[in-house]
Amino acid sequence: MKILGKITILLCGGLLLFFTSDFPDFGDANSPASTHLSPYFIEHTLEDTAVPNVVTSVLADYRGYDTMFETTVILTAGLACFLLLKIPTKEVKQRYYRHEPTGVTLRIEGDRYPDKSAVFTRIDSTWVPSDMIINFTCRILISFIQIFALYVVAHGHHSPGGGFQGGVLLGASVILFAISGNLRAAIKQFGEKTAALFGAAGVFIYVGTAALCLALGENFLNYSALAPLLGTDRIMARSHGILSVEIGVAVAVMAVMIWIYYNLSSAGKQDEGL
Amino acid sequence: MILPIDLIVLVLVIVSAVAAITVKDLLSASVMLGAYSFLLCLLWTVMGAVDVAFTEATVGAGVSTVFCVSAIFHTTRRTKD
Amino acid sequence: MELIETVKHMFLFIAAKANYWTYVILLMVGLYAMIAKNNLVKKIVGMTIFQTAVILFYVSIGYKKDASIPIVMHGSGHGHAADAAIRAADYINPLPHVLMLTAIVVGVATLGVALALAIKVYKEYGSLEEDEIHKQLRSR
Repeated sequence: MKILGKITILLCGGLLLFFTSDFPDFGDANSPASTHLSPYFIEHTLEDTAVPNVVTSVLADYRGYDTMFETTVILTAGLACFLLLKIPTKEVKQRYYRHEPTGVTLRIEGDRYPDKSAVFTRIDSTWVPSDMIINFTCRILISFIQIFALYVVAHGHHSPGGGFQGGVLLGASVILFAISGNLRAAIKQFGEKTAALFGAAGVFIYVGTAALCLALGENFLNYSALAPLLGTDRIMARSHGILSVEIGVAVAVMAVMIWIYYNLSSAGKQDEGL
Repeated sequence: MILPIDLIVLVLVIVSAVAAITVKDLLSASVMLGAYSFLLCLLWTVMGAVDVAFTEATVGAGVSTVFCVSAIFHTTRRTKD
Repeated sequence: MELIETVKHMFLFIAAKANYWTYVILLMVGLYAMIAKNNLVKKIVGMTIFQTAVILFYVSIGYKKDASIPIVMHGSGHGHAADAAIRAADYINPLPHVLMLTAIVVGVATLGVALALAIKVYKEYGSLEEDEIHKQLRSR
């Protein structure tokens, strides 16, 4: 297999390197990729959508269908992860409890475990004592990460950022909470059902915004139709439509990242994990 | 774009990619993949693709490393090659 | 002197398309890991490298010399018409950036699915090595 691999990469690599010399020079402003469609986007983004960040306007407006189905793909990936790993197991459940006053650890099999007890605390089977410094630092950091993520989503029109980046940052804050504390505490705050619902809700916000335009008598994803609802002119309405769509993307991406993390880190058991 | 920085980052990217697939420990491989993503993020910034750089920094270097580590936590870090 | 000239010429030839050469090398590193590596997680790492090599290719296509990042300069307020004429040559091509931005996020979602499959395989066969899994499959 190694020899086959080497022959394949030598052949493919040689061919690619050979034809690379026919490419236009690196940084050429007149290359075919930069002369056909993109000048239109750059020159008309302010007139059409009032969004200075061309990437955002192309992402959510000119190529809205593309992003809509990308969001659907992400939701499908989260669902696939869930269906692959979450299979009910018949094995005997073992749980570990620590008796706080004495420090003795108990292993309990079956269903006779105390769920809410003042003296027993639940610990993972591969338990690492939680560090106070890490817990405290992460708790402080998480709120700042979330505020920054909201800024990134809201300010995506004028600076780098937008729904995808802000959504991943929001998801990362919950993942940081799960890593620094333990998985059960994170699931208590933001459960798996909530994650699934938020993922679907994000896609629904995107498609709903687009369908509202259809209901108001214009094309699907033509945000200018929202102008009477928002009380602005047709061009600012596109800007607000893009913001609504970005919020949908952020909610979907956040929920799916958290959902995939819960499933991967607990191998589908949603019980104890990394 | 500054050519020397671009060339240095390109060499580092290749080195970290080769290291990620040759190192004989899966945990090290996933950490090398995170370093590779950060170097690529630097490369996108040098080339002016700021939105792509932002996405790579949050997704490639942040979340995907966590996914790899949590998968290795449930499997094994031993590998033969 | 002639040797120095030749070396300088060679360097300029390589540096003019350095990003394209690098993308080919990264693509081949990823493809080799996917074909020849024995471990499933190593194959997934190779897949990620392959993906980012394609992203490098697209972003390199969009680059323009002496151009700014694709955020259009505009005056204060939400003026619909630009204050000065916007020239497309002043801004880097934004289209590859849009395509690749979504590709990165979809890439991490598929990475999650691939790792979930690897966890399933490990639970079933107790190994991530391809040859050991094949051996167990044959003996069944």
